[in-house]
Amino acid sequence: MKIAVCIYEGPYNHEASDSAYNFIKAAIDKGHEIQGIFFYHDGVYNVTKLMEPPQDDRHIANRWSALGATGIDIVVCIAAAKRRGIVDDVLVPNVRISGLGQLTMMTIQADRMVVFGD
Amino acid sequence: MLHTVNKSPFQNTTLMDAARFFQSGDVLLLLEDGVFACQTGTIHAAFVENLLKNVKVYAMRADLKARAITQLIPGIEITDYSGFVELVEKNKVHSWL
Amino acid sequence: MAEEIKKIMFTVRKPPHGSIYVYEGLEVKLIMAAYDADISVVFMDDGVYALKQGQDTKELGIKGFAATYGALMDYEIQKVYVDRHSMEIRGMTEDDLLIIGEDEETEEPVKPQVIDSQAIAAMMAEQHNILSF
Repeated sequence: MKIAVCIYEGPYNHEASDSAYNFIKAAIDKGHEIQGIFFYHDGVYNVTKLMEPPQDDRHIANRWSALGATGIDIVVCIAAAKRRGIVDDVLVPNVRISGLGQLTMMTIQADRMVVFGD
Repeated sequence: MLHTVNKSPFQNTTLMDAARFFQSGDVLLLLEDGVFACQTGTIHAAFVENLLKNVKVYAMRADLKARAITQLIPGIEITDYSGFVELVEKNKVHSWL
Repeated sequence: MAEEIKKIMFTVRKPPHGSIYVYEGLEVKLIMAAYDADISVVFMDDGVYALKQGQDTKELGIKGFAATYGALMDYEIQKVYVDRHSMEIRGMTEDDLLIIGEDEETEEPVKPQVIDSQAIAAMMAEQHNILSF
């Protein structure tokens, strides 16, 4: 099954990012195709390489980047990103900035869209 | 239909708001702060017991454990992220954010 | 074979202005309306406040979106619903709702359609996917 995920909240501040990550990992383990992951609202902060969490904490941006390295399309909304100062230069590898058309395509093409937010 | 609720019923009316839209046979997944609704002996327990007559209710194990919630209202099923995926396989989803 | 047109629903449950969700959520609706999808928007719970007429964000110093809501139909968003119960428990009536466009034939102003939660639940069950804002 093709599953898409949309994430609305920033990292660490809210559990949405962790729930989404755990859900996606489980979906991959079960053999599903992740159609795409879309970051919207403050969710765009999830993939900045500027974050530097304590050593003993999870590194949320690197975690997403590693998922992106497996070929999953990870998209940061350009409008939401620009508003919040997130640009290409500050992104971790394997994620890209694009428009809401990507969210539209994911929502239309995926069998399921699962939204994580506040 | 799978409904997900991630808010504590003690802080916020999301669970009650969502319940007005549940149809018989729907599934409710309580996750994140939503799992506080699972406890026995709270002012919301009767509401959840009533929900259980119409919908199947699941609670996310990781969130229960993290919050030390051990006394669950009978009838609520504990699930994990893999179980969440299975619910998504079988149902369209609405997140009651 | 032509691809089937997918039904996509947006649910708006948060109040406007206190957070950005309703505003940025509107941007998604406007974009998606340009694609081949059967879009509906349902306002429920505090989301109904987003449809209240007379919103003025000038003094607050933010752009607001009342003008865009006033032209939703021009953006090809025709199916706009309000949950009756959510509206009523907030002391609102249909008179309080803003106009979202005008009827193509009669040129009469059109308001969002007020419907019962049962009808909304039935519509939700028919959707391909639902985005909540």
